[in-house]
Amino acid sequence: MSLRTEKPYAPLVANLALWLCPILSPTALERYKGDIGRNPIGTGPFKFVKWVKDDQIVVERNEEYWGDKPHLDRIILKAIPEVSARFMALQTGAIDIADDLDPDSIQMAKGNPNFKAIEQPSVNVGYLAFNTKKPILNNKIVRQAVNHAIDKQTIIKTIFRGLGMPAVNPFPPSMWGYNFKIKDYEYNVSKAKELLARAGYPNGFSTELWAMPVSRAYMPEPVKTAELIQGYLAAVGINAKIVRHEWGVYLDKTSKGEHDLCMLGWLGGNADPDNFLYGLLHSDNAKPPAANVAFWQNDEFDRLVKEAQSLFGKEKRAPFYLKAQEIFHEEVPWAPLAHSTIVRIYNKKLNNVPLRPNGLNSFQMVWKEK
Amino acid sequence: MIHFIARRFFHLIFILIGVSLLVFFMLRLIPGDPAQLLLGEFASPQDVAAIRERLGLDRSYPYQYLIYIQNLFRGDMGISIRSGIPVSEEMFVRFLATVELSVAAMLISSLIGIWAGVISSIRKYSAFDYGAMVMALVGISMPIFWLGLMLIYLFSVKLGLLPMMGRFSIGMDYETITGLVLLDSLLKGNFPLFLNSLKHLILPAFTLATIPMAIIARMTRSSMLDVMSKDYIRTARAKGLSYSRVILQHALKNAFLPILTVIGLNFGLLLGGAVMTETIFSWPGLGRYVVDSLLARDYPAVQGCILFFAVIMVLVNLVVDILYFYLDPRLRIDGKG
Repeated sequence: MSLRTEKPYAPLVANLALWLCPILSPTALERYKGDIGRNPIGTGPFKFVKWVKDDQIVVERNEEYWGDKPHLDRIILKAIPEVSARFMALQTGAIDIADDLDPDSIQMAKGNPNFKAIEQPSVNVGYLAFNTKKPILNNKIVRQAVNHAIDKQTIIKTIFRGLGMPAVNPFPPSMWGYNFKIKDYEYNVSKAKELLARAGYPNGFSTELWAMPVSRAYMPEPVKTAELIQGYLAAVGINAKIVRHEWGVYLDKTSKGEHDLCMLGWLGGNADPDNFLYGLLHSDNAKPPAANVAFWQNDEFDRLVKEAQSLFGKEKRAPFYLKAQEIFHEEVPWAPLAHSTIVRIYNKKLNNVPLRPNGLNSFQMVWKEK
Repeated sequence: MIHFIARRFFHLIFILIGVSLLVFFMLRLIPGDPAQLLLGEFASPQDVAAIRERLGLDRSYPYQYLIYIQNLFRGDMGISIRSGIPVSEEMFVRFLATVELSVAAMLISSLIGIWAGVISSIRKYSAFDYGAMVMALVGISMPIFWLGLMLIYLFSVKLGLLPMMGRFSIGMDYETITGLVLLDSLLKGNFPLFLNSLKHLILPAFTLATIPMAIIARMTRSSMLDVMSKDYIRTARAKGLSYSRVILQHALKNAFLPILTVIGLNFGLLLGGAVMTETIFSWPGLGRYVVDSLLARDYPAVQGCILFFAVIMVLVNLVVDILYFYLDPRLRIDGKG
């Protein structure tokens, strides 16, 4: 198979591995057209049986699967929207695996001999973005000061219950191209105050801190996190007012740059640094509706990221990304907060339960003891 | 009577036009773009624009509204932006789940509520009266969310007596006839499924019943106390009728009008779906559907649901009014119009 592109674009192969780029059966596409999403046809170990929206999806073993035959007869994916109910369903044995549990439930489950747990560093990042188009926040010394003011270790310990690591760079160290040489801005109140004074704000300033209304793996308790950060900022004289909006409004307004500081995050669908650096920080994406919610524009960073797109091979691209991370670290359009650890809790009777960093899994090898 | 019903249906047309206008424009006034939400947190602007065009969201609001109304008159509520399934189809399945839950909740709340209210009123200021009214106060004030989780914890996790989610056990086969699981399982003679779904109904129905139950109990008590002080009750007693007959036939029947109003109102509200209860018990009902649709700015779905609620409310009120006619002979004489 050959794919022709207008210009060299190295991330293509990794991007094709994203969940949104599956290979479709031409016959099925012909038959179902726009309804293809409701009539999935694939080549995987399980066959689609039925989908009851917002309730359940049922798949069964594909007897004609080309690879190792799956062990399970069928899998029922059940929507249990409330996280405590999800955990209780696991406790009653109504379900075998619970996804996206909160850190508290995970901790309780770990002490229970009926469950097993697997952990995996995720390819995500939770961050606090500075709107660099706003006065005061357009000053990088102010942004550095804020980076010094936040105690990430405490956030990891309290909010994430230890299930994560402080973020230094825009993407996690489990990915290639990560710059291990960069040292994080250490938590240092007096240094933060000193920088603020140098920037011309010895008495701090007032700003808005936008808190996400929904929890995500990279931000399990956004409002509590925002309150912690508010406290850290107050300690250096910055008076941050917490602003909350409903999720749709939040995304809309942040993409238009109405915020000062906003919390967001990103789960990389593939392990390509381009997915983070270009998508979230390149100036191409800083126009409303922007994914670069820092509205950060840096010519050198832009050039490095663009050039890395045109080169093939990780070894060739990595140096560009290492340099780009140095610029990010110096300019700090974000205060990177955390890379979370994803955990899957399941019934101890299950074996070979998978957990991939991007959350997509094949249950082909899973089997259950009677 | 027929005239009365016809007039109500005539009113309904204006109500629906008003509601559809309000909902249509209010939805579009809230910030947030369905296309953006459909594509996720970091969709490209080009993709968002393409989706907007495909959904017709790039046209002017009046034009969009006209198209919407035009389709509505043809019985087409539009296609859900989130799923691509016709809204009426999605709504109907969920509505039946909600009907099952609300009917069960209303049965529980009416039976227990009226019983507690009657006993309280005839044993005024007794321990039972105080106890029941304190319980009613607690019932009204209880956060449903907390109550639901506690019931699950006690009856499902600790005691293992009752199931905690869905309409029947995961993996049980169910063939749809009407969409009401209890009814369908009986029609098919599938008793295991019937028992299973009945068990699944208990916790959510009880959770959902607490608030109406408390309201009904309080209303019954006060209405009964009012009636019990009337002369005809004394007369009935004086002519030697048994106490229970006086209570049930003379007092309760006369005290029933306000109780019926409360039951009707609450039933109408429950039919609109109960977001909290449905969320905790993973009940695939209409309440969660509306909220999920609203959060995704699924305009056609929200519009369809709100219109549907308006119809339900009007119908429930109509039924209550018709029941009035049967309960109160005076209305039959005066209320010809």
